[in-house]
Amino acid sequence: MTTIAHKGKLFDYKLGLGVLGVLVLLAFSLFTGVYDIFGAEDGAEMFAVTRIPRTIALVLAGAAMSMSGLVMQLLTQNRFVEPTTTGTTEWAGLGLLVMLVLFPQASILSKMAVAILFAFIGTMLFFLFLRRVSLKASLTVPIVGIMLGSVVGAFSTFLALTTDKLQSLGIWLAGSFTAVIRGQYEVLWIVAAVCVAVFIVADRFTVAGLGEEIATNVGLNYRNVMLLGTALIAIATGVVTVVIGNLPFLGLIVPNIVSMLRGDDLRSNLPWVCLLGIAITTVCDLIGRTIISPFEIPVSLILGVIGAVVFIVLLLRQRARG
Amino acid sequence: MITLNDVHKKYSSTVAIGPVTLQIPTGGITALVGPNGAGKSTMLTMVGRLLGIDSGTIEVAGYDVATTNSKDLAKIVSILRQENHFVTRLTVRQLVGFGRYPHSKGRLTKDDEAIISRSIDFLDLGELEGRYLDELSGGQRQRAYVAMVLAQDTDTVLLDEPLNNLDMKHSVVMMSHLKRAAEELNRTIVIVLHDINFAGHYADYICAMKNGQVVEFGTPERIMNDEILTNVFETPISVIDGPKGPLAVYY
Repeated sequence: MTTIAHKGKLFDYKLGLGVLGVLVLLAFSLFTGVYDIFGAEDGAEMFAVTRIPRTIALVLAGAAMSMSGLVMQLLTQNRFVEPTTTGTTEWAGLGLLVMLVLFPQASILSKMAVAILFAFIGTMLFFLFLRRVSLKASLTVPIVGIMLGSVVGAFSTFLALTTDKLQSLGIWLAGSFTAVIRGQYEVLWIVAAVCVAVFIVADRFTVAGLGEEIATNVGLNYRNVMLLGTALIAIATGVVTVVIGNLPFLGLIVPNIVSMLRGDDLRSNLPWVCLLGIAITTVCDLIGRTIISPFEIPVSLILGVIGAVVFIVLLLRQRARG
Repeated sequence: MITLNDVHKKYSSTVAIGPVTLQIPTGGITALVGPNGAGKSTMLTMVGRLLGIDSGTIEVAGYDVATTNSKDLAKIVSILRQENHFVTRLTVRQLVGFGRYPHSKGRLTKDDEAIISRSIDFLDLGELEGRYLDELSGGQRQRAYVAMVLAQDTDTVLLDEPLNNLDMKHSVVMMSHLKRAAEELNRTIVIVLHDINFAGHYADYICAMKNGQVVEFGTPERIMNDEILTNVFETPISVIDGPKGPLAVYY
């Protein structure tokens, strides 16, 4: 008899421990830094202006990029895609650059809107291309994505060179939480809405991950789910790219680790994906803040190094499995 | 009942289906047989509305599959195609649970859980229900997918070569599960089969296709015949009396 429900429980003591661990990390983040927030006269003020916003940004960006990676992997049925291996971030960067060149005075919101639009178009192009090649399971997919991203990135570099914007583009796009201060990061809250939306439609993405035919069989409008997923990914990537910059590999390593440990049921995995994403981002940011203190290394650099190693481990593991 | 009325489909410049006019009766197992490229899977896919048709109409239980809302159709007819290369890391039970999606939209009720358990038991997957799909053998996974479409609880079930990847023992077990599903759960099962002898033994009706056309439709007693099978498969076939009914010998 099979009466025991084997559904992944959403809240259990393990998740509680995970939350606790992440809270400890966030506390570290709040109290790490050069400025003496306890001793100095304006310590409390500095704490509110820089430390709290930075920590909130870590939470939002880490969770959003990890979730984007997960949704993208389900929609493409490929474990190696995420916004930085499909050109999505490069497209967002191009959108940002176009705004910097054409409307340098534009508000951050309109810059972001254009970055989101570009990210959406770029991701759709990539998905359309995927429909044409039937090599979904192979490594071809991320390779094509990285190539596409490089082409877009090269075009951005060229455009930036000719308009003398190369330096500012570099600063915008290098993922770093250094400049996150009160009054400048608040738009990042948009990605919190994306996270909530993903949570609400989680089951649809899981079904889509079973393939177009199975999805259609159970009455799901596959195309709408693809569009919705792409839009959510584009919003998250666009916002994070503009406010923080690139966070390479985050969307790749987090969902893969969670999938290995807990399988692919999106809804019960989402809290874990968020937690792990936040934890890795925070740890990388803490490393970046402390190893050459009082200076900082951009979080993207640390993430890139760690992400590349995990990526290779995943590849080898897949090969070992056959 | 499944009704195909003058169905045409141009699949590629060289392959076309139709015109097909056919009635598949309610209840029992109907096997689609025929040589490679005859259009069996394509026809099944069109009945399951995964592939559009160029002209004609297809109705399942009175609903036109081209015009009926896909969500509603999902409660009337379910279709399982040949196995996907991408294996999601879901447990067997989670996968079967998604068969309830048309009814529950992912929020499983107690009734859903009971139906899921019944499907799992029906295909003897009780021991495996907590295992991930990528840890199963091809045959076990195949059974899990069949359990999923059974959990969808549709009167009509379409299966595209469910015996692929299965060895002799598991093929026999799968066919007897399906036979039981047809009889005990009153399902109408349409199934693409490669082995004519499986069709001859387990099916209630055999539909033989060739070059995109339905060339024969009838009971196994009628179709399991030297002349008809030789004509359908374009290779000499003689039917002999086996210990459990007619056997086609084609080598």
